Amino acid sequence: MPELKYTQDHEWVRADGDAATIGITDHAQNALGDVVFVDLPEVGREVAAGEAIAVVESVKAASDVYAPIAGRIVEVNSALTDDPGLINREPTGEGWFFKIEPADAGAVAALMDESAYAAFVDSQA
Amino acid sequence: MAETESLLETPLAGLHRALGGRMVAFAGYAMPVQYPAGIMAEHLHVRSAAGLFDVSHMGQAELLGEGAAAALERVTPADIQALKPGRQRYGLLMTPEGGIFDDFMVANRGDRLLLVVNASRKHDDFALIESVLPAGVTLRRLPDRALLALQGPGAAAAIGPLAPALIALSFMGVAETEIEGIPVIASRSGYTGEDGWEISAPAGEAERLARILLALPGVQPAGLGARDSLRLEAGLCLYGTDIDEATSPVEAALTWSIGKRRRMAWDFPGAERVREELANGTARVRVGLRPEGRQPARGETMIHAPGGETIGSITSGGFGPSLGGPMAMGYVARSHATDGTPIELIVRSKPLAARIAPMPFVPHRYAR
Repeated sequence: MPELKYTQDHEWVRADGDAATIGITDHAQNALGDVVFVDLPEVGREVAAGEAIAVVESVKAASDVYAPIAGRIVEVNSALTDDPGLINREPTGEGWFFKIEPADAGAVAALMDESAYAAFVDSQA
Repeated sequence: MAETESLLETPLAGLHRALGGRMVAFAGYAMPVQYPAGIMAEHLHVRSAAGLFDVSHMGQAELLGEGAAAALERVTPADIQALKPGRQRYGLLMTPEGGIFDDFMVANRGDRLLLVVNASRKHDDFALIESVLPAGVTLRRLPDRALLALQGPGAAAAIGPLAPALIALSFMGVAETEIEGIPVIASRSGYTGEDGWEISAPAGEAERLARILLALPGVQPAGLGARDSLRLEAGLCLYGTDIDEATSPVEAALTWSIGKRRRMAWDFPGAERVREELANGTARVRVGLRPEGRQPARGETMIHAPGGETIGSITSGGFGPSLGGPMAMGYVARSHATDGTPIELIVRSKPLAARIAPMPFVPHRYAR
């Protein structure tokens, strides 16, 4: 399986064939706390890098989820609607949010790798 | 973290950190918003067993001297003179204009009154009370006392063997007793809608008391996050969020806290506004709201008539773990305040269907 890439908005990205799968990191879900609702983008929507396209609501608060790369939404994880707790239990697995077909095939590779993200998280602490 | 450096700490700060509490700033104090179990688990545990909260940031004080009850009535419309020894009552401190200066608990301990006020308001509250005291009545602040809240249906079974005097109390009863040698003053009350006690103890004994209570069967620590979702499910107001100096007791649906005698004498600050509003109604009133689906609507969300004009806004909103869905409280125009009235909540620019709903969202289970 391809390695995960990361953003400063605490999202992970897995380039998988034609589409990139995106979710929030374990660090992010831990900071948010128990997730109770997600608002996912529409399939087919064209998104810009950095655009707020989804919302995750925990018991505490609402947070935006951003498109880490530009492209088109090709799939969303409808399982989250009935079981948003998947995001807490399996943030980098069954708790994925959406898939983007990248506008630029090289965009994912330019994101942070795991060690760079870990250093970023440490710098924020 | 830098932002917590200048914050005050309660006597239990070390225990919170030892328990893995996530500390946040609240009313000038570093307080645990949650422990490793998380807000959802802590909330549900309080509803099914028992939780222990540190509420030592709240203001405690004693009012001493002949005529203390009458003196306190100069700033509150509650009937303090009729409060019997061993009983506690909820009251409002009022502005001269009829707004709510703070809400508080007052207990009659026989020779004195014991006050518990909100952390964010304690300095202002105590100054207000002192400003109206006659000679011979004095307010004594109690900054060297901690306050713990043991809450939940399992609280009585847990604490009973240690403190039988507390089990003998009914809701809003107050007693002095000892818990393993620690002198405490406890009231059978709380902020969760559940049975339980708020226990005042000397600061130096607070950690030992907390560890004794946490070792009781079924008792787990719970943080401010769970405290907030529990009180909202119970339909209880948070000062500064749901009520403030611009809000009257009539708008806030808290007129039950105004004594009957006081409502005949109209001898409290802001009585003119309260009297007029009781006679003619208010333009807006505090209500409960239930959004459809699972999406929460938070504080400051605008409330619209279906497809129409703005009729109010949410003051507190979130997800109710025991309710299993979103809930909110806020103020709406009186014409739209009836239970069941359909309304719309404007969440991220989109209308979310909701209805006016009765509170509490989760029934109270006090030991009456």
